[in-house]
Amino acid sequence: MTDYSTIDFDSLVALAGDDEVVTHSYVRDIRLASGRTLALVTLDNGRDHTRPNTLGAATLLEYAATLDALKARAAAGEIDAVAVTGKPFILAAGADLSKVAEIPDKETAKKFVQLGHHALSKLSGLGVPTFVFTNGLALGGGLEIGLHADYRTVDASAPALALPEVFLGLIPGWGGATILPNLIGIENALKVIIENPLKQNRTMKAQDAFDLGIADAIFPSVNYLEDSLRWADGVLTGAIKVRRPNEPGKLERLAKWDIAIKVARDMLTKRIGTVPQAPYAALDLMKAAKSGTRAEGFQREDEVLADLIAGDQLQASIYSFNLVQKRAKRPAGAPDKAIAKKVTKVGVVGAGYMASQLALLFVRRLQVPVVITDIDQERVDKGVAYIAGEIDALHGKGRISPDEANRLKALVTGTTDKADFADCDWVIEAVFEELEIKQNVFAEVERYVSPEAVLATNTSSLSVEQIGAKLANPERLVGFHFFTPVALMPLIEVVKTSHTDEATLSTAMVTAKNLKKNAVITADTPGFVVNRLLAVLLGEAMRAVDEGTTFETVDKAIAPLGLPMAPSALLDLVGLKVGAHVLDTHHAAFPDRFYRSENLHRLADYGKLLEKDDKGKVKGFDKGALKLVAGGKNPRSADEILVALEDGLAREIKLMLDGDVVAAPEDIDLCMILGAGFPFQMGGVTPYLDRVGASERVFGATFHTPPVRGVEA
Amino acid sequence: MAHQADVVFVDGVRTPFGKAGEKGMYWNTRADDLVVKAIVGLLERNPNVPKERIDEVAIAATTQTGDQGLTLGRTAAILAGLPKTVPGFSIDRMCAGAMTAAAMVSGSIGFGMYDLAIAGGVEHMGHHPMGSGVDPNPRFLSERLVGEDALVMGATAERIHDRFPQLTKERSDRYALASQQKTAAAYAAGKIQQDLVSVAIRTEQGWGLATQDEVMRPETTLEGLAALKTPFRPHGRITAGNASGLNDGATAALLASGDTAKELGLTPKMRLVSYAFAGVDPEIMGIGPIPATEKALRKAGLTIADIDLFEMNEAFAVQVLSFLDHYGIADDDPRVNPWGGAIAVGHPLASSGVRLMNQLASQFTERPDVRYGITSMCVGLGQGGTMIWENPNFDKKAKKRA
Repeated sequence: MTDYSTIDFDSLVALAGDDEVVTHSYVRDIRLASGRTLALVTLDNGRDHTRPNTLGAATLLEYAATLDALKARAAAGEIDAVAVTGKPFILAAGADLSKVAEIPDKETAKKFVQLGHHALSKLSGLGVPTFVFTNGLALGGGLEIGLHADYRTVDASAPALALPEVFLGLIPGWGGATILPNLIGIENALKVIIENPLKQNRTMKAQDAFDLGIADAIFPSVNYLEDSLRWADGVLTGAIKVRRPNEPGKLERLAKWDIAIKVARDMLTKRIGTVPQAPYAALDLMKAAKSGTRAEGFQREDEVLADLIAGDQLQASIYSFNLVQKRAKRPAGAPDKAIAKKVTKVGVVGAGYMASQLALLFVRRLQVPVVITDIDQERVDKGVAYIAGEIDALHGKGRISPDEANRLKALVTGTTDKADFADCDWVIEAVFEELEIKQNVFAEVERYVSPEAVLATNTSSLSVEQIGAKLANPERLVGFHFFTPVALMPLIEVVKTSHTDEATLSTAMVTAKNLKKNAVITADTPGFVVNRLLAVLLGEAMRAVDEGTTFETVDKAIAPLGLPMAPSALLDLVGLKVGAHVLDTHHAAFPDRFYRSENLHRLADYGKLLEKDDKGKVKGFDKGALKLVAGGKNPRSADEILVALEDGLAREIKLMLDGDVVAAPEDIDLCMILGAGFPFQMGGVTPYLDRVGASERVFGATFHTPPVRGVEA
Repeated sequence: MAHQADVVFVDGVRTPFGKAGEKGMYWNTRADDLVVKAIVGLLERNPNVPKERIDEVAIAATTQTGDQGLTLGRTAAILAGLPKTVPGFSIDRMCAGAMTAAAMVSGSIGFGMYDLAIAGGVEHMGHHPMGSGVDPNPRFLSERLVGEDALVMGATAERIHDRFPQLTKERSDRYALASQQKTAAAYAAGKIQQDLVSVAIRTEQGWGLATQDEVMRPETTLEGLAALKTPFRPHGRITAGNASGLNDGATAALLASGDTAKELGLTPKMRLVSYAFAGVDPEIMGIGPIPATEKALRKAGLTIADIDLFEMNEAFAVQVLSFLDHYGIADDDPRVNPWGGAIAVGHPLASSGVRLMNQLASQFTERPDVRYGITSMCVGLGQGGTMIWENPNFDKKAKKRA
């Protein structure tokens, strides 16, 4: 086994330089009511709660030295127990990701992982009982600190506990993958280590952690530390017996363990394909954790985690994480927030499904009056009734109070008279996707609203500038493109025309933020970002099908991109008609680059591509559909299709960047991650295209300098 | 309909008292958190009390701003996890804040309006130094409504020495020394700790736990006391040694009607007999307990001879001595502050009243020979407050034996 104490970790500290915000380990002796002495270690980086404790090299070495000193004191009989807790609201948020991203080579990566084991595992060998009082946020390595202790308590108000590593292309490799399944059972551990991270990085509340058995006791925040100390005293005196009903027994190890792993593996393969490495690496480690010693488990974690840290997917994941966490919050090209106009009343043109969805979102998030309009009262009434029904449903689920439901419902009104828009300062249209209709809608709206009111269009395929052709004040028009389902999809493409003024653009960006969406500013070009690239994808897929390749081959060919769904499933989701329409509009705009598929129109007329059972589960391709598209004489290989697609995407993105559709490749990736579910571990799409050589093939360079890739490719 | 009810003191707790200021243990602890922890500790000790049955949370603080503002009684109730149906308010009578809270909720219980109430107080004199933010009306001085010394408590204490020349500095110091020694003995016997709730404290060395009063000086000697400076007058008599200090701390007590206590199976520690507040000249506020006690005795139909235990707040040694002299009680009478007092443990202004009750209640429990006891204290701007309590454990035979 690895003897961590023989490794010289000082090089890691030197590497971090003065950059590390060190989380210190302070110690105070606490005299317990029983007369025993507990040494309480407080982890505190001296900053407020906006800079959580993190675990870097210097932090881990100080923690290790602190525990060594306590071990000596325990041996000398000076202390009867050791506990670790955090600064207010925070235990620790794990390793500092920005530092992990800077690790220069695999050897260093491995050493850093080993240092974590070296330091954290000391808590399990002090010679006296050890406790971790999880007083707040505990993520990744922060939660793993506690796993090495003999006992754990948790503050009922702790906002988030999680092992989010798999979400980031890592594995919980400071003991998490090895200890957790042996503490709370394999199925619970799978939930924490695999399932939660893949559900948009879901975290646990304190009660969840307690219920799963990660904590042995839970106390309200008002007296959390006092209660924890009293509880610890009870454990020390024997007055409190700790029971762990979820701890796996012999039977679970024999009968359940391997099956649970296999079920999880099958589920993963089905849901996310086999491209992402981290979830499978975590599965392998948890499988192995069934038997053997902790030390063996830690050694396996060292190897696997070092590989992942040095690999491509981690770098891409961190790139994606920074896009979503940082760039999305400070959108490129956004004007000063201060010049945004106040939105105190919203008009929605249209009362159909999309318009009603928009009205619901605006009223929920902005909490201002929302007026919807349509051509006849019946449609208007239907729209208002739908919105009221959705609000009642939210109340029914306990998401909003009855007062809030009343407030929201009272804010939504309907009218057939656009004069009722007179005092709206934001009007958005979601009417039929036809240029003249939209032009006329806005020309009519403009008769009633003030000259400063912002007009927004949810068009997905038309030119925003042309939609405003009949406006007296086209500078107040902006594209505001949502993705369906509106309530869930986090992206809005904010489209700026050559007329859109700064105040309007600022209002759109601030409004998007108030709607709790992420906005990316794009130029007024066909398909903006997401649809334009999906059109490349679907076009290349349909071109191959039309040439005689089977859908199955096409789906398989595109798998290495790690997309959330294959092209056939994507077509099924957006609808065959919409798919055909998207290809048509892009082909019309750029006939030499975008493929238009007659077969897709035939499929659209036929009505289905996939065969499903009663519950909507896909069983395979519809035989009639396959017959319709059969007949191509030149089927291509999967490799050919993939290269054609990669090159097509690289070419289109390069053109978009050259044409200033968005500010930078980062914005393309942000759009694809948030608007089309492109995977984190691929970095969206541009890091992938650089990595596979498509950028080099198409335009002789890369999107990113240096490319986003692992330290040892 | 209103009806008369017995009022009982069910239980009381307090936080350990800390030293005010940056070096004190509560410097990084909020005042409201201190009183909330006291309330939580009180309710944990009395799990039979249905929280929704509590009719009032009356919390005293002298400086009602910042972490002692925002209608502390109500906010503390919410923060302590009491149901939102439980009301609360803030109250202020400077040093007698918690005593006034207890008296006022007792009045409501006695009148049949409340069944159960929490009364307590807090003063974080580190966060809210005495007199901070005050803006006295200029008429106080221009019309000589009060003497110049009225707002400086040490100066009012010097005036007691002036008025009663027989109360020498030496007597004050001796009294102060005894207070330290009695507190040390009570601590050694575990008597004080029984009513303390521990408080987690944040320090530069990480989290710690406050489990006992911070300012006690068991090592005090008469010589040491004699050498201390007299900050209020050159060659004066009042020193840091024969006065209470500047402290942080909180208290909370549960009061109930006799019937409610019986219904819920609570064991009353004291039964309220009477209470009174009275005014004196503000510049000699320390003698306030005398008229307050006179009044309370009169209302109770008792005389001072009926009182077997005295819990006097020791704002200043001389101020307690003036009371004892008035009634002809010896400086070292064992009935007076048997476990020491504020000179040793501290006096976080508005919280102290309930501390007196806690200690009297604990003494009642171990002294069935005692029937009546009083809690009494002086108040800034010339007031005194006294509450007279009866021991439910009183046993005539025990008295005869004693």
